[in-house]
Amino acid sequence: MTLAAAANENLANISNVLIYSSMAVYTLAFLAHIAEWVFGSRSKVGRTAAALTGKSGQSAAAPAVTVKAAAQGGGTAVLDKPKVVTRSAAGTRDVPDGPGAAGGDAQGDLYGRIAVSLTALAFLVEAGGVVARALSVERAPWGNMYEFSITFSTVAVGAYLGFLAARKNVRWLGLALVTTVLLDLGVATKWLYTESDQLVPALDSYWLWIHVSTAIFCGAVFYLGAVGTVLYLFRDAYEGKLARGGKPGSFATSVLERMPSAASLDKFAYRVNAAVFPLWTFTIIAGAIWAGDAWGRYWGWDPKEVWSFVTWVAYACYLHARATAGWKGRKAAYLALFAFACWIWNYYGVNILLSGKHSYGGV
Amino acid sequence: MSKAETTDEQDLGAAGSQLSTAPREETGQVPTMGVIGWTRWFWRQLTSMRVALILLFLLSLGSIPGSLVPQTGVDELKVADWKATHEFWTPLFEKLQLFDVYSSVWFSAIYILLFISLIGCIVPRTWQFVGQLRGRPPGAPKRLTRLPAYTTWRTGGEPEQVLAAARDLLTKRRFRAHTVGDAVAAEKGYLREAGNLLFHIALIVMLVAFAAGQLFKSEGGKLVLKGSGFANTLTQYDDFRSGSLFNTDDLPPFSFTLDRFDASYERSGPQKGTPRTFKAYVTYAEGADGKPRKAAIEVNKPLVVDGTKVYLLGHGYAPVVSVTDARGKKVFNSAVPLLPIDSNITSTGAVKVSDGYRDKNGKEEQLGFNAFFVPTFAGEGKGQMFSQFPALDFPVLALSAYHGSLGVDAGLPQNVYQLETSKMKEFKDPEGQLFKQRLLPGESMTLPNGAGKVKFEGVERWATFQISQQPGSGLALAGAIAAIAGLVGSLFIQRRRVWVRAVRNADGVTVVEMAGLGRSESAKLPEELADLAVALLAEAPAAPATDPADLADSTDPADSTDSDNPVEGARA
Ligand code: HEM
Repeated sequence: MTLAAAANENLANISNVLIYSSMAVYTLAFLAHIAEWVFGSRSKVGRTAAALTGKSGQSAAAPAVTVKAAAQGGGTAVLDKPKVVTRSAAGTRDVPDGPGAAGGDAQGDLYGRIAVSLTALAFLVEAGGVVARALSVERAPWGNMYEFSITFSTVAVGAYLGFLAARKNVRWLGLALVTTVLLDLGVATKWLYTESDQLVPALDSYWLWIHVSTAIFCGAVFYLGAVGTVLYLFRDAYEGKLARGGKPGSFATSVLERMPSAASLDKFAYRVNAAVFPLWTFTIIAGAIWAGDAWGRYWGWDPKEVWSFVTWVAYACYLHARATAGWKGRKAAYLALFAFACWIWNYYGVNILLSGKHSYGGV
Repeated sequence: MSKAETTDEQDLGAAGSQLSTAPREETGQVPTMGVIGWTRWFWRQLTSMRVALILLFLLSLGSIPGSLVPQTGVDELKVADWKATHEFWTPLFEKLQLFDVYSSVWFSAIYILLFISLIGCIVPRTWQFVGQLRGRPPGAPKRLTRLPAYTTWRTGGEPEQVLAAARDLLTKRRFRAHTVGDAVAAEKGYLREAGNLLFHIALIVMLVAFAAGQLFKSEGGKLVLKGSGFANTLTQYDDFRSGSLFNTDDLPPFSFTLDRFDASYERSGPQKGTPRTFKAYVTYAEGADGKPRKAAIEVNKPLVVDGTKVYLLGHGYAPVVSVTDARGKKVFNSAVPLLPIDSNITSTGAVKVSDGYRDKNGKEEQLGFNAFFVPTFAGEGKGQMFSQFPALDFPVLALSAYHGSLGVDAGLPQNVYQLETSKMKEFKDPEGQLFKQRLLPGESMTLPNGAGKVKFEGVERWATFQISQQPGSGLALAGAIAAIAGLVGSLFIQRRRVWVRAVRNADGVTVVEMAGLGRSESAKLPEELADLAVALLAEAPAAPATDPADLADSTDPADSTDSDNPVEGARA
């Protein structure tokens, strides 16, 4: 008994050390990203303005996607790969994606790669910290806000690395993500830290695994979508200014020129939000089923339940807005940010400021 | 609003029509006709996407106050507290129904309008969708080059052969394909629309299920002592609430007995005293005289009998007290449940001896005791008598004694946990104070003046159960699952059209053109088109390349005469 307790305490300490180490590595990744942006700025490429003011508006800069279709039946003829021409829908700007933070600069690119490698390393260390925490408490590591926070950032970084591994163009997320992960971990270790301990009976259920894990996952991926949305708003304003013949400031130009086009950012944010929405729906339903078992009612308008509902309806609003012509673009983006703000409030605000049945051992 | 889109629509002719069933944006034209015109206008507005959007947004905003202001339905005590500290705001808040947001007139108005809008939207969309399923994808637009994904090549085969091959290919890939004129028109991804409709219908099903649950539900609490039982009839409940259409005959007959109750608590660490496990072992019987069966009820694991759920809510202690009267006759011996007042289960209540007691003069009288119980006593002289730990480590019962009339015969309902002392007299100790004593299990106290003896025999446990029945929850769950399935279909499936045109050129070569159009821009669309093109190339191989021609300037490749390298010849 005491032996096991000592072992658990040991594991809890290991977990803490791992979390602090991951913060150190994230800091290095942060610095590498900064270097990437700084060195990348040397080679300036003003493609956006050219595309927007270029003659005839179309096709000159249209992203001519050459599709590599797998030749069937083992055919080898290069000729057999037809070139498919794509056209943006009318009314959208035909703007190429920026070259990324490195801006085509070799040194910048090297720093960028270092940053991504460090992020991957930090991710592994942080994930180790979460697992050690889980082992030390002998349960799912989601019993209090400290544990939510460390899992949350681990999942967000994991999703980002997953996108990178799938060869999606998401390296532009890197700096914003690493910065906020550091903030999240700082808040978690400084203000939310709770000694590892067991759960009160109401939390002790397999629904914890289902409901809380999906909730954290949804939040982490919604977060990536929200970063995309914010950058979309900046980039869209930038492109709009250029299209009207305006001259954005040099800092804005330097940063935004290297970002993907507004259309790409918007698409990324939409895809992410739309893909997570069904899972968020499931999370709420799973929570209701759990509440039905634990508290004898499925839905009781507890603050946490209210805000989950508000978040859900806000995301539904966003998806609707995208289907209504007049609300596409910036207006829909504001709705997406409102929805994510609800999610964040539900996490920090409701847990700390509003009391309800969803209060946990030591926050 | 969307000029760009309308011109695009015109450009593409009918090609993009009916690719979804979303209602068109109304331009907000004010009607000119009388009542009917206005009604129709209003209905159109209500069922438009824009109003649906606004109502959805209002629904999310409208739910917020309920999380900031205490709600009667959630915690009545908190509401009373709030009202006491915010006297100025209370009348206004009451008028705005802010203490009952989720049943308020304005909140109901939002969601009822939303659901009317939803039904008004779903019905025509469903018909439209059925129409689309019955009809066929529209024919190819004149200029396929204008579509979001496009490819072309020249081939040696006959146009008819190419079209037949294209049709076979598309059908095999589960497109709905047919030939119109010189082109094959094909469409796929109807599940998107079906999923979307299913999702919205599932929302209605869920709302109906919730409404039914509210109207027919019943819910009540019962405190059960270890060794005693409960039968599911109205009279057995300590408290009972039900929906307005509930009928007491709807209570399914069953009964259970509490055999044992286990609880354990954190023994050390910062969370010392926090509950770790609660478990109530019961024997239950379904129906009036069903076979007895054993079960354990835990906080997260209610017992389900005949659609009714029995939840374990709380637990506490019931000291067993016996009373011997002045004649030496045992007139009372029972476990008396006390109510916990803190998390360490410091408990209070009353012991009431209403029958059979006679004082030393042989006169019939009633006895009453205020009881105070701690499962873990701090020790003599250590501050106040509050429990130090929730488990039975050092139980102590304190009683103060009264005699006279309990007032239970007055016909008024009485709180069993409170002693009504207005018609009672205190037993006095030698100093003339109220007679009271602390007892350990097994100890007795002798009442003054030979009035009898009270013994603390031991401690029993009790548990409180909530017995609730909520019809419609199965339906709600089915609706929820359907909603998720529908959403997945709606959000992950792309509805798209593909056209293949094959025409003989002026110089006798067949030109094949393929184009694709989706609901929204997607990288998958050109990929799929390339895939299809590769497959079709096997049937209609590209004519040998002689001269790397340039189709780039040609807006209509069918007109170009001298391009021999069609595969690479697309507009770059
Ligand atoms: C109870 C409230 C409602 C909720 C929670 C809701 C939710 C949603 C969601 C999440 C979507 C996205 C799925 C997709 O893009 O395919 C959607 C799409 C859609 N909704 Fe609703 N909706 C509601 C009410 C309505 C109403 C009242 C209407 C009709 C006026 C409506 C019409 C539509 C249409 C036409 C689409 C499909 C848009 C498209 O094809 O892209 N919805 N809805």
